[in-house]
Amino acid sequence: MIEFTLWDIVRNLLLAARWTVLLSLAAFVGGGIVGMVVLFFRIAKNKWSRRFASGYIALFQGTPLLMQLFLMFFGLPMLGLRIEPWTAAVLGLTFFASAYLAEIWRSGVDALPRGQWDAGASLGLHYLQELRLIILPQAFSITRAPTVGFLVQLIKSTALTSIIGFEELVRTSNAINNATFEPFKVYGLVALIFFVMCFPLTQYARALEQRAAAH
Amino acid sequence: MAFGWLSGAAGDIAHGAATTILLIVVTTLAGTVLSILGAAGRRNGPVLLKRAIASYVEVMRNTPFLVQLFFIFFGLPSLGVRLDPVLAAMLAMTLNMAAYTIEIVGAGLDAVPGGQTEAALALGLRPRQVFIKIVLPQALKVIYPALTSQIVIMMLESAVVSQIAVRELTYEADMLQARTFRSFETYFVVTLVYLAMSMGLRRLLVTGGRRALGAGVT
Repeated sequence: MIEFTLWDIVRNLLLAARWTVLLSLAAFVGGGIVGMVVLFFRIAKNKWSRRFASGYIALFQGTPLLMQLFLMFFGLPMLGLRIEPWTAAVLGLTFFASAYLAEIWRSGVDALPRGQWDAGASLGLHYLQELRLIILPQAFSITRAPTVGFLVQLIKSTALTSIIGFEELVRTSNAINNATFEPFKVYGLVALIFFVMCFPLTQYARALEQRAAAH
Repeated sequence: MAFGWLSGAAGDIAHGAATTILLIVVTTLAGTVLSILGAAGRRNGPVLLKRAIASYVEVMRNTPFLVQLFFIFFGLPSLGVRLDPVLAAMLAMTLNMAAYTIEIVGAGLDAVPGGQTEAALALGLRPRQVFIKIVLPQALKVIYPALTSQIVIMMLESAVVSQIAVRELTYEADMLQARTFRSFETYFVVTLVYLAMSMGLRRLLVTGGRRALGAGVT
């Protein structure tokens, strides 16, 4: 049996943590872009467009993320796409994130007084200009705290991609644990690494919330 | 796509769904009691207890549930505590949910005006009676919607406990797809079952809450 020093374990975990960070960022950016599209549908004037977006959001918020990842992993090959764990992980988390981000931002749009739309219209702005110049900047600004809060949730959710075979922090830790038989130490260190990634963001979200409450 | 396998699989799916429901019922009850104790301790306990509860909440909220589950199931035996998968899953789910609901219950307790406690004390109720009979029911009414959401989230998150071989809905799905080689169809059907369960659970909690806690609960 190969001997693993503490440093060996930590080093391998940290190397794997790079993939966790990369996956979180890719899913956050991808989810933000798709989430914007869903948001447009969700706040559109057309009733069917709004219903479609509500259904989309309810679907992703009402089913386990693990099932969504399985459906990606096993479903995309049926469409003739060759799929790797990385692709399934990024796509699965992107759609998952888009539903949550759209809903968060929608609450920001709803919180704005009707007068903001009216004022924009009376200045002669058309719908897209109103959204771009008046509504969305304010909606993003007041929902900054829950957006950061969701990023924490997303980082934690990347752990599930280990189950569909993506080599991130948790999957690597399973392999290390199988070699060292020190689950207490290995999973304790994994928890610590996640904590170090998430805790500053949680604190940042809290500070944003308090700043918003003070206004 | 083919769904011919479904008639033979209905029993397994129902069995898995029943286990998932059992898990969430136990977690909801244990988690709620634990979070009431935790929130009360965080408000009125000694400084050391307050700090311990605050750290507990931060640690649980900033680490993935899957890692907590592995830590409990694989890690605790090295300390001499050996749990069977179902117990480990219940423990992990309860501890995870409590970290979120301690904050929720705490917010509810803060929302009850101080005059309520003063009035109850003036009427001669003991502090414990004041908490259980006056403050807690009002707090629960305020936080009930948030509590409901958290229970539904926990139900969806419970899919992960299939990884330590608890025979719940996701585990049954894994077994089925290995047998039928219809992975997509199997997970598709099971996803729909989860969707129905989460919608049903939400409706049940809302109706039940309205009946138990009075009007005003949405």
